[in-house]
Amino acid sequence: MSTAIDSTAKLTRKDFESDQEVRWCPGCGDYSILAQTQKVLPDLGVPREKFVMVSGIGCSSRFPYYVNTYGLHSIHGRAPAVASGVKLSNPDLFVWVITGDGDGLSIGGNHLVHCMRRNVDLKIILFNNKIYGLTKGQYSPTSELGKKTKSTPMGSIDYPINPIHLALAAEATFVARSLDVDTKHLVEILQRVAKHKGAAFVEVFQNCNIFNDGAFRNFTDREIRDDRMIAIQHGKPLIFGKDHDKGLVLKGIKLEVVKLGNGVSEFDLLVYDEEDPDPTLAYLLSGMSYPDFPVPVGVFRNIRKPTYDEMMLGQVEKSINLYGKGDLEKLFNAGDTWVVE
Amino acid sequence: MPVKDRKDVQTVTIRFAGDSGDGMQLTGTQFTNTSAVFGNDISTLPDFPAEIRAPAGSLPGVSGFQVNFSSRDIKTPGDEPNVLVAMNPAALKVNVADLESGGILIVNSDAFTEGNLKKAGYAKNPLEDGSLSGYRLFSLPITSLNANALAECKLTKKDVDRCKNFFALGLMYWLYDRPMKQTLDWIDAKFKKNLEVAKANTLALKAGYYYGETTEMFTTHYQVPKASLTPGKYRNIMGNEATAIGFVTASALANVPLFYASYPITPASDILHELSRHQNFGVKTMQCEDEIAAISAAIGASFAGNLGLTGTSGPGICLKSEGINLAVMTELPVVIVDVQRGGPSTGLPTKTEQADLLQAMFGRNSESPVAIIAPATPGDCFYMAIEAWRIAIKYMTPVLYLSDGYLANGSEPWKIPKVEDLPKIEVRFRTEAEGYFPYLRDEATLSRPWAIPGTPGLEHRIGGLEKQNITGNVSYDPDNHMRMVELRAEKIARIANDIPDLQVFGEPEGEVLVVGWGGTFGAINAAVEEVQARNLPVSSIHLRYLNPFPKNLPDILGRFEKILVPELNLGQLSWLLRAKFLVPTIPFSKVKGKPFKISEIVDKIEEVLES
Repeated sequence: MSTAIDSTAKLTRKDFESDQEVRWCPGCGDYSILAQTQKVLPDLGVPREKFVMVSGIGCSSRFPYYVNTYGLHSIHGRAPAVASGVKLSNPDLFVWVITGDGDGLSIGGNHLVHCMRRNVDLKIILFNNKIYGLTKGQYSPTSELGKKTKSTPMGSIDYPINPIHLALAAEATFVARSLDVDTKHLVEILQRVAKHKGAAFVEVFQNCNIFNDGAFRNFTDREIRDDRMIAIQHGKPLIFGKDHDKGLVLKGIKLEVVKLGNGVSEFDLLVYDEEDPDPTLAYLLSGMSYPDFPVPVGVFRNIRKPTYDEMMLGQVEKSINLYGKGDLEKLFNAGDTWVVE
Repeated sequence: MPVKDRKDVQTVTIRFAGDSGDGMQLTGTQFTNTSAVFGNDISTLPDFPAEIRAPAGSLPGVSGFQVNFSSRDIKTPGDEPNVLVAMNPAALKVNVADLESGGILIVNSDAFTEGNLKKAGYAKNPLEDGSLSGYRLFSLPITSLNANALAECKLTKKDVDRCKNFFALGLMYWLYDRPMKQTLDWIDAKFKKNLEVAKANTLALKAGYYYGETTEMFTTHYQVPKASLTPGKYRNIMGNEATAIGFVTASALANVPLFYASYPITPASDILHELSRHQNFGVKTMQCEDEIAAISAAIGASFAGNLGLTGTSGPGICLKSEGINLAVMTELPVVIVDVQRGGPSTGLPTKTEQADLLQAMFGRNSESPVAIIAPATPGDCFYMAIEAWRIAIKYMTPVLYLSDGYLANGSEPWKIPKVEDLPKIEVRFRTEAEGYFPYLRDEATLSRPWAIPGTPGLEHRIGGLEKQNITGNVSYDPDNHMRMVELRAEKIARIANDIPDLQVFGEPEGEVLVVGWGGTFGAINAAVEEVQARNLPVSSIHLRYLNPFPKNLPDILGRFEKILVPELNLGQLSWLLRAKFLVPTIPFSKVKGKPFKISEIVDKIEEVLES
């Protein structure tokens, strides 16, 4: 498959800014995700016209309007299906799906699961602010149990879904998590998402300062972050803490946080392998939440499998090899024919 | 050997009926193909249960296949069968009322056991109680005759019994003087890896044939001479097959790859099956997770510059509505096939109906016009599939293609077209960046440019939010919205400039005009022909374009005193004609999951003439 690179013009972040006024609320975490994406896109060696941004409905889904590439702001939850049609019709394109926790996990949960299990070569960014923003503040599929909102004055009685669990269960070939406020980390993850071949899923914790302000603050604030979050790194021990003094070990089939020292050293900690075809450890890690565990960010899974689009193209080629290039004359005259004089 | 009479007849209708596991569809198809290749005109009507294998011998498990073959031009599978082959009591019970009075009734007496009779709800054996005296009953032990003939085969009893449909077929081949070669060749090809089964089926077919020849049972056998069809090369074609081949052809004529996204649903699935066999034409098929995904993927495909196609039946159209609206808003060429079936909700999955017309017209939020076309016969499906794409591309619009279960599964001889006679479909992808705007409009068609991702300088964003005309930017401006609503309507209206005028069948004016659409063409046309032969002042028109209507429609409607509209619904086209042209129409409805009989329409025309 061709991934032709146009090296003639060096693109810059400005090339990916559209002429449309960005209309998110001041202070919205979406600005950071947009900015980091616009920073990543020019350096991929891909001509601007080969990017397609497909979104559903919601605040995050206005994203394509603000990126100067091809874009399709589609219908609620359906972006993965629309994007699959785009990618399969023209596999030369680099197709991104922009979705939110409401869009992607509620109305569009079905499509999200299926594009991941098919391993369509899509870059899926799920903005997770644990709330419905555009419909003005109802709880979302990721909202915590007991969440009080306009539609749940007594507290939500829905158990939340864990997006990373879902992506791993659907066998996405690249699964990651980042957060809007850590721009450096977000850039690194987006770069890796962009370069992955196959269904790449990234959940981005994103603050909605209007309807769910500070949803992640208890572990993302700068002064506590190091002790309450853990950055997963391939081939490195699972270590965290401001003083690099804590780590994760496996006890039985459960994870446990240990303090380093007193005979426990870095060498006793789990070493992470994002390329492990078995997603068991990834699943365990992604189940960790504060306060019992540090909240993990980074790449949970990164494997290579033939993509749906590659296999579809392969079948077309195989069919041409087997039966010859399609010939209408032959098609019309197939089966039993007879002549009337 | 007794010499039997051979009698010429013009037209014969046979219905094969049995358990859904008895192979009746296959038997009917073999008879059809043989008759077609023999040179008869043919028309078929399969009728199968929604259950794959209802309990053996039960009434819901009955599967039927009706074939009409003739030495003259025929238009329907026939009103009443002349012959009924019933493989068990249930098949007899379900079908015998349709058999013409004095018709030939062939039953497999072996299957008339106490248990089977009970399952079919017979208190007494109808073969013995005189209740079938109005028919020419031939009661023969098909199961045991077949088993005797296959005695030397090394197959299980079950496998031997499975061949009994070919015994029945052989018998019918003899009775109607058909050659066996076609089917023998088919058996050889089909079972080339299982020679014992091939041998068994061959023996069964021949045994049936020679049973007819050697017994004294039938005093006469029949010959239906060749029909005088328009010269040319023919094949038998089913509607769904013609639809699929038409789409492959449209893709080749436009030189744009076809992308078909669909979710399995009866009776549309065969389009998916057929298209998925043609990957060597660059056709890509995707079996999606649901109907919404299917239309969404088709929209994505059209955005990316393929022919984004989706197909379903009525229940799936409900789900696709939001997607169709996105295609309306983004003004992308997408073709949506609706093979209509009976009933709201799941309804009658395997039966036909024409009741999605108003949904196609109005079944979406807001003002959402789409082009609607409907093929008239199985063979016409081919041409209308190409036409769907011509309109979709030229006008940058979704097109709804309304087929139905009757067309989808029915078949007729199809005169094979010459590739060079088919019109090219012009596609102009915009490449020029200078002066480009996503919603620039062509002066004549009002269509916007098709600018596809990958084209440098034409980067743009579209979506479901209202667009500012020309620039395509999101706009909530009230005046712009009204303008866009009008433009989208006007764009569809202008398609009327680009479709053929209606031809009146019969005199251009008179007392009664029969107006039809879709798959009822054959029955209406044959009925009108019949009354015209009696010099009655009746003409007909048939609508293959339903939105917009052909330009000369109001003029034609104005030239008749009475307008009769037969439909397989409660009067949907009738309602549209009244609303749009302020003409009194007389709806004639049938909503039974079955097509019109010619005689029903003839009777109605007579009634209208007398009123």
